[in-house]
Amino acid sequence: MATRKQVNPTRMELAKQKKKLATAIKGHKLLKDKRDELMRQFLDLIRENRTLREKVEAGIAKANKDFVLARAGMEDEEVNAAFIAPRQSVTLDAGIRNVMSVEVPVFEYRTKTADANDIYSYGFAFTSADLDLAVESLSSVFQDMLRLAEVEKSCQLMASEIEKTRRRVNALEHVMIPQTQETIKYIMMKLDENERSSQIRLMKVKDMMLEEEHHYKDKLYNNPDVVVEEVEA
Amino acid sequence: MYKIAILGDRDSIYGFATLGMETFPVDDIESGERTLKTLAAKDYAIIYITEDLMAKISDEVAKYNDQRLPAIIPIPGVAERNGAAMENLQKLVIQAVGSDIFGND
Repeated sequence: MATRKQVNPTRMELAKQKKKLATAIKGHKLLKDKRDELMRQFLDLIRENRTLREKVEAGIAKANKDFVLARAGMEDEEVNAAFIAPRQSVTLDAGIRNVMSVEVPVFEYRTKTADANDIYSYGFAFTSADLDLAVESLSSVFQDMLRLAEVEKSCQLMASEIEKTRRRVNALEHVMIPQTQETIKYIMMKLDENERSSQIRLMKVKDMMLEEEHHYKDKLYNNPDVVVEEVEA
Repeated sequence: MYKIAILGDRDSIYGFATLGMETFPVDDIESGERTLKTLAAKDYAIIYITEDLMAKISDEVAKYNDQRLPAIIPIPGVAERNGAAMENLQKLVIQAVGSDIFGND
């Protein structure tokens, strides 16, 4: 049972509360729709996120293994020298996608050079073939890594938005709306009560005025033909 | 125009330089937090971070959760897996749904 708010039981206040209730119900419906749609999209995304993550993690784990193998066959200095001046560089364009008023990033990458072989930042003379394989296995997960970043960030942003929306829906549903309904009920009861009491007051006054005019009581009591039982006042 | 950064222990990340990402080797918590802060302030849209470093500086990482950029994404390093990345996903589900609906599979 919701407790009502402390308000003055007036017609003005009643109108105000009724308006508030209408707004709250409308808002509740809208927010609920928003939450449901966000949730649907979120669940799709989080499923994609899981599969992508598994894929990326497997890919990176494999690449790491390849790198260990490559380093085993080479001097540390040679490996360092091979990676010291990367030929390729990646820049990102970050766009915005609007999902139910949540702004999530969309990444589009651009490589400095178009040549796919520019990921090998070294001459092949002093490096082992294992290193080439390692670099290749790493580059094969690159696209998935970007998509993963996009999806995971979207999930993050949407999760916090869903949480907020869920709280709002619950607050409206379980606090705001019942409270306003209770307040309206209280004001209406109070107003009805006031009306009844003024009605009674008027009736009483009328009685008294008539009595003043006609003296019904005297006539009644002084009439010997009528036996009046004393009524408790 | 944004760039991609990768943060973690040197052995886990040095290979990514060939793909055109910028590597930032860090090996202790303090320099990790510092580097993350400077990277987030610059124009890096994606910051990949090794799982075990992520677990160590999770408080710092959590500060960027509600921002659109940068996206801070855990990746496995050469060190033993600690499952921090999947745990992260699970947390997101719990945050959104209110309970863990993927818990049983």
